[in-house]
Amino acid sequence: MVPLEHVIGLSGLLFVIGTIGALTRRNLIVILMSIELMLNAANLAFVGFARAWGQHDGHIFVLMVIVVAACEVAVGLGIVVALFRNRESVNVEDVSLLKW
Amino acid sequence: MEELLPAILKTLFIIAIAVGAFAPIITWVERKQSAVMQDRIGANRADIAGITLLGLLHPLADVLKLLTKEDVVPRGANRFLHMAAPLIAAIPVIASFAVIPYGGLYEFGETTIHLVVADLDWGILYIFAIASIATYGTVISGWASNNNWSLLGSLRASAQMISYEVTMGLSIVGLFMAFQTLRLTDMAVAQDASFRLLGFLEHFGWIQTLPGWLSWIQLPNWGLFLQPLGFVMFLTCVMAENKRPPFDLPEAESELVAGYFTEYSGMRFGLFYMSEFIEVVVIAALTTALFLGGWAIPFLPQETLIGAVSPVFGTGVATGLCMVLHVLTFFLKVIVMIWLQMQIRWTLPRPRYDQVMDLCWKIMLPLSLANIVVTALVILLITGGTS
Amino acid sequence: MTAQAFFFYFAAALAVVSALGMVLNFRNTVAAAMSLVVTMIGLAIVYVVLEAHLVAALQIMVYAGAIVVVFLFVVMLLNLRSDTFHPARQRLLKAAGALLALGLTAAFLSLMPTALPTVQELPEGFGGYRAVGLALFTRFLLAFEVSSLLLLAAMVGAVVLAKRRID
Repeated sequence: MVPLEHVIGLSGLLFVIGTIGALTRRNLIVILMSIELMLNAANLAFVGFARAWGQHDGHIFVLMVIVVAACEVAVGLGIVVALFRNRESVNVEDVSLLKW
Repeated sequence: MEELLPAILKTLFIIAIAVGAFAPIITWVERKQSAVMQDRIGANRADIAGITLLGLLHPLADVLKLLTKEDVVPRGANRFLHMAAPLIAAIPVIASFAVIPYGGLYEFGETTIHLVVADLDWGILYIFAIASIATYGTVISGWASNNNWSLLGSLRASAQMISYEVTMGLSIVGLFMAFQTLRLTDMAVAQDASFRLLGFLEHFGWIQTLPGWLSWIQLPNWGLFLQPLGFVMFLTCVMAENKRPPFDLPEAESELVAGYFTEYSGMRFGLFYMSEFIEVVVIAALTTALFLGGWAIPFLPQETLIGAVSPVFGTGVATGLCMVLHVLTFFLKVIVMIWLQMQIRWTLPRPRYDQVMDLCWKIMLPLSLANIVVTALVILLITGGTS
Repeated sequence: MTAQAFFFYFAAALAVVSALGMVLNFRNTVAAAMSLVVTMIGLAIVYVVLEAHLVAALQIMVYAGAIVVVFLFVVMLLNLRSDTFHPARQRLLKAAGALLALGLTAAFLSLMPTALPTVQELPEGFGGYRAVGLALFTRFLLAFEVSSLLLLAAMVGAVVLAKRRID
């Protein structure tokens, strides 16, 4: 049996990597992928705790997160495609009208 | 270690049969079948000292040719992904054999032999997961080739494969409900029985007892008879996943040269080619396990067969005979399914791309949902909501 | 080391390395997406080790099989060959990213729990499709139904966004 701390550690590590990607990368598609990575890290924590407690609630949460991730990708990539049509770019720095 | 050795032996057996024997012979069957259907003589030129063996030496000649050809990576291509894509396409296809049972459970005294490599509780989900990985081989190969035809081919492939994956899953939900399991070995066992075609009259009390000859009309408890619509839809979807004609839009040679593998040569092309043929075997084996009763011999359940033979030859011989017969039955059904696929491949023309997508989203998806609802209603009626 | 532990640490290393590969790949978005797929597969292996079989299968089917393919589809559709950014800003970003990584890792390590309890005996069929499905369609039925609404909204939203002109 793998100790729960290691599972949570892996989850945290992946979450940190995803956060860095989402904050420092400037390619919208990579930012979306980093957010997927963060969601996956959260999923891993849920599965780890579900295993530790021997209950299924964590698994259900993961299924819900997967649904949310699918929705997020569908809408997010729709926005990316619409953005590319108008600006010929997927760089977030080119979309700075609302920035002060 | 005691568990590892049988697993390796079983893996080697199924790989040797499917990849080593079936796949090369299918390339020959395909050529001969097309020749017959197009009124040609067909593949008969490859020979060793004048012996052609009906063209059976062609697969050998193919392999020699592909192995000795130059392996070209086009300029501007992504070298690593270009090299890796055929492997990504081929490995998942071979890996899906792991959960397909090609025989049942046999007890020889102390030892039991279970003729499946991995008896997973979520076997069919494993197949779906593996199949969804195979999409990457086609998608990446087209992108990494730095060729517009390839890119168009892989764009088509990704849309087509994702769309049909949805319907493929939904089309066999009715089957899961009928057999109440996702484990492929349990499904095969459930299909090793038969039901009376008019038994429902008795079940609902519309007739006290069926008159003699009517109760003799029986059908094997196969998925094909329980879910005929599911069978047709599943076969359509897996054939679309395999991207062979009539669903060969991603590689449509009259439009896209060869689609996603235009830029491949030598054995890397050979891997794409082989994985397509291995997938034909996988499809045949999977539809056999799900819809054609797997290893089951119709109207001759395992206990009956062993019970009938063992008084004469003893239980050990009877079980062994049963095992051999079951494996032979399984591969016979696989051959029938392969023949059916060849027949479809050489009969139907290629539809337009929007027609392929319409078929998936506008016809098959609603039909598969309706199939689920109807199946649920029938099960509810028969069991009365208790099970 | 048991087989379970071996697979866990192997898959964990695979997931972390490929996640780093995704975030640090500045040149090639398709390769980044492929790294994400490897991360997903690594996580699926971890889920199998943690007895979450259904979740593992869905992880590969939905994440690797559908979501990342859609990413690849969009990258190929827009034909993005490489990121074109100002190198000076990029250097600044890299430095900021490294700092951020150090800070976050330190914060995370300081919060890291130790000696968490774990149940040794699991109920029969834990993590299988029967048990999870039963929970999903009884205790969590409302969440399940609401998620279908969410999917519908996302679908409509994506269609509206993808239309060239709304007429």
